[in-house]
Amino acid sequence: MQASIQIPATPELDYLLRLGDTCLISGQRLGEWCGHGPILEEDIALSNMALDLIGQSRALLTLAGQKSGKGFDEDQLAFLRDEGAYRNPTLAELPRGDFAFTILRNLVLSTWLKLIWERLRDSRDAELAAIAGKALKEARYHQQHAADWAVRLGDGTEESRRRCEAALAQIAPYLPELFEDDTVDAAAEASGLGPAWSSLREPWLAEMGEVLGEAGLALPESTKFRSTGKVGRHSEHMGYLLAEMQYLQRAYPGGAW
Amino acid sequence: MSVATASRVDAAWTALAEVLDPEVPALSVVDLGLVREVNERDDGLEVVLTPTYSGCPATELIEQNVLDAVVAAGLGPARVLTRRAPAWSSDWISEEGKRKLREYGIAPPGPALPEGAQPIRLVGRRTAAVPCPRCDSPRTEQLSAFGSTACKSLHRCLDCREPFEHFKPI
Repeated sequence: MQASIQIPATPELDYLLRLGDTCLISGQRLGEWCGHGPILEEDIALSNMALDLIGQSRALLTLAGQKSGKGFDEDQLAFLRDEGAYRNPTLAELPRGDFAFTILRNLVLSTWLKLIWERLRDSRDAELAAIAGKALKEARYHQQHAADWAVRLGDGTEESRRRCEAALAQIAPYLPELFEDDTVDAAAEASGLGPAWSSLREPWLAEMGEVLGEAGLALPESTKFRSTGKVGRHSEHMGYLLAEMQYLQRAYPGGAW
Repeated sequence: MSVATASRVDAAWTALAEVLDPEVPALSVVDLGLVREVNERDDGLEVVLTPTYSGCPATELIEQNVLDAVVAAGLGPARVLTRRAPAWSSDWISEEGKRKLREYGIAPPGPALPEGAQPIRLVGRRTAAVPCPRCDSPRTEQLSAFGSTACKSLHRCLDCREPFEHFKPI
């Protein structure tokens, strides 16, 4: 079996991996819908978004690999890290749930990603700024898709509304992690690499409020629970996700098609 | 630029105009605006490409096809350089490219949205109708925002009743 790689812990690398792993793990979850979408068009839509997200993560992980000082490439970073070395917030790894859950998580994450890409266009790192310029166009398309469905389902039947409310109740405890700073944010803000995540909170709340208001939905009150995926302490779901995602490269090192 | 260099660069552009996009084989990589520059460097020709979508699965194949075409035209050695910024826009598709798209049955993109963030559209979600590439009717509707490839959405014509694809304006 292919052994795991060890990555150095620097604030700069952590900041890039938090973003890159959010795209990677969201892409993996959306990819699970391929062949399972409620209708063909949505099967295609979710798979397309998975492709965009994995493409974004490829660019970010390549950049992170260059900054690791160890010459790691995107594939090594995607497939050969242990669970504790992934830096995505826990929300991204939660099981895909039903269509309502997927749509509302997409709304949360695509809105968040759109806002951070917008800011990252001004990163002092030219490569990160270039990745952001491209990804922003994609994220706003994803957000529009999620917003269309959130309104349609929230303002739909009793059943679709019930499922949306259940999804939001499940998502809400994982939201604070997207907007609380630590030393990684402080370093990124100081160096001009990117914005502190806390600065995304207000614009995110405004855009979410706009969509959820139209959908007749609301975010539940926040709770005291704090998820910790971005520091490498993941939920019980992450190991299963990685087992499926990494299996091929672990069992057949360097396997290509 | 010497005459020899200019003609090598021109010859490369001519060769690249024959390299078709694997997913929209009606158009060449030049029609699509993927080729940004061709430069003569000390170690050979350098072709600068800008990818369309982050996750486009054809990116690597396009790079290889570009390289093969330049070498096959006797212009090697050559290398491909990927440039992400400025991000590719459907506005870079040439007029010739848009005409070829329409003939192929894909509605060409209108002007791209301005750079940067856009407000979320919550009312009037169905954007300005895309004219049907078969019968030119403006009475069409969007079936899905995503299509068979990352760059297209699905529509149908309410007059000739044919479904068609639209190259997304980005």
